Amino acid sequence: MTQPRHSAMLSISNTNPIPIANDKQQPPSTQIQNLASTGLRVPSNRKTIYDRHLNRTRNAELSRAGFAFLFAEMVTYAQRRVTGIQDLERRLNEQGYPLGLRLLDLLYYRTMSSSTSSSLSSSSTSAAPPNRPLRILPLLHLIHGPLWRLLFNRPADALEHSVSPDTPNEYMITDNDPLVNTYISVPKEMSMLNCAAFVAGIIEGVCDGCGFEAKVTAHNQPTEMWPGRTVFLVRFGESVMEREKVLERAGVK
Amino acid sequence: MSYYFTILSPTDVPLFNIAFGTSKSGGDGIARFRFPDTAQYMNQFIIHSSLDIVEEAQWMNGNLYLKHVDTYPPASAYISAFLAPSGARFLLLHQPPQLPSTATGSGSSSLLGAGFSASALGGGSSSRASSSSIAANPTSPQTEEAVRQFMNEVYEVYVKTVMSPFYRQGMEIKSPVFRTRVTAAGRKWL
Repeated sequence: MTQPRHSAMLSISNTNPIPIANDKQQPPSTQIQNLASTGLRVPSNRKTIYDRHLNRTRNAELSRAGFAFLFAEMVTYAQRRVTGIQDLERRLNEQGYPLGLRLLDLLYYRTMSSSTSSSLSSSSTSAAPPNRPLRILPLLHLIHGPLWRLLFNRPADALEHSVSPDTPNEYMITDNDPLVNTYISVPKEMSMLNCAAFVAGIIEGVCDGCGFEAKVTAHNQPTEMWPGRTVFLVRFGESVMEREKVLERAGVK
Repeated sequence: MSYYFTILSPTDVPLFNIAFGTSKSGGDGIARFRFPDTAQYMNQFIIHSSLDIVEEAQWMNGNLYLKHVDTYPPASAYISAFLAPSGARFLLLHQPPQLPSTATGSGSSSLLGAGFSASALGGGSSSRASSSSIAANPTSPQTEEAVRQFMNEVYEVYVKTVMSPFYRQGMEIKSPVFRTRVTAAGRKWL
């Protein structure tokens, strides 16, 4: 049994280097010129990330299976050497955070370019690019609507403000059936865990990027109809609430 | 016109900077600032000192492009700002040529350097009055529009950089391709 397997492995390792070596030998002049002129290695099709465009064509979407597999792997990775559920959620949150910062830039870029291309006839100033959110509500609407649509192709299900007078800085965004949790079954002993902490991290990144310091956590709140219902609790920092008051007085919308 | 463009991270770390001159109306694209070559740090000094005003304007105006935000009259330096949604600041310092005659006749930088101290005292107002042409007028709507187009183009390239999985927020942008793209945008619009 072991012999043929071993030989198969050998053949793989033998065949692989050959095409690579061929690749290297094939265009030596162009490659060397490139290296010499810029000190930069360019892919063989000569397309750097700056040559690709950022707008997604319709229907060019990722497979759900691929996403589920990758996300499961991310959860497994985050679970290594954690001290508890909170630690695990914190790590998932940290994985989402840089994504939120990036999505924010991408989201604005896409809405800007689509608004100018769709209304090319009108002057460029009238096709107003979207504004940066200055107050809390526009920010939350941005997350609830455009961001959710960019991520999950639908808006979030609810947006609420905390009714308690002690916590005016708390807002809740509800997703009845988060995509990230669709293929995750949490073991009984970890019933507190909600892997949508990853999405909470994305929201936190978006809030921070806009200049709204916030802590975002994901909580299970199942109902009979929606067993996977998740509430994202957005807690804005002191500085944000102070600025909110100043801006309200100044009449900034 | 001479330009100095810089990108600052949300925590005020310079991520990228470049100096270039105009390529419009016969310009050769080489920056000729009013400071001697040994005092180019003045550009950075002026541009960073405008941050206070940018941070004030940032919460009064929700646009990405904040237009012309600050002027430093002694050097007649004008600063325009653009805010990326995730908090990076794009700042462009533009300085009209010292005299309309030397601008067309490729004034040598050493001469400009010698004349700097004299112009610093009274040059601010006189040069603004003399530069009546649209291209040399830094606050005209045409200039604002050109800078806006430039900023939008840089923003596109910046988003591409940010989307790279190997880039983290706050890292210096070293890519030579990025630099050539920004230079090209400058040549196209400014």
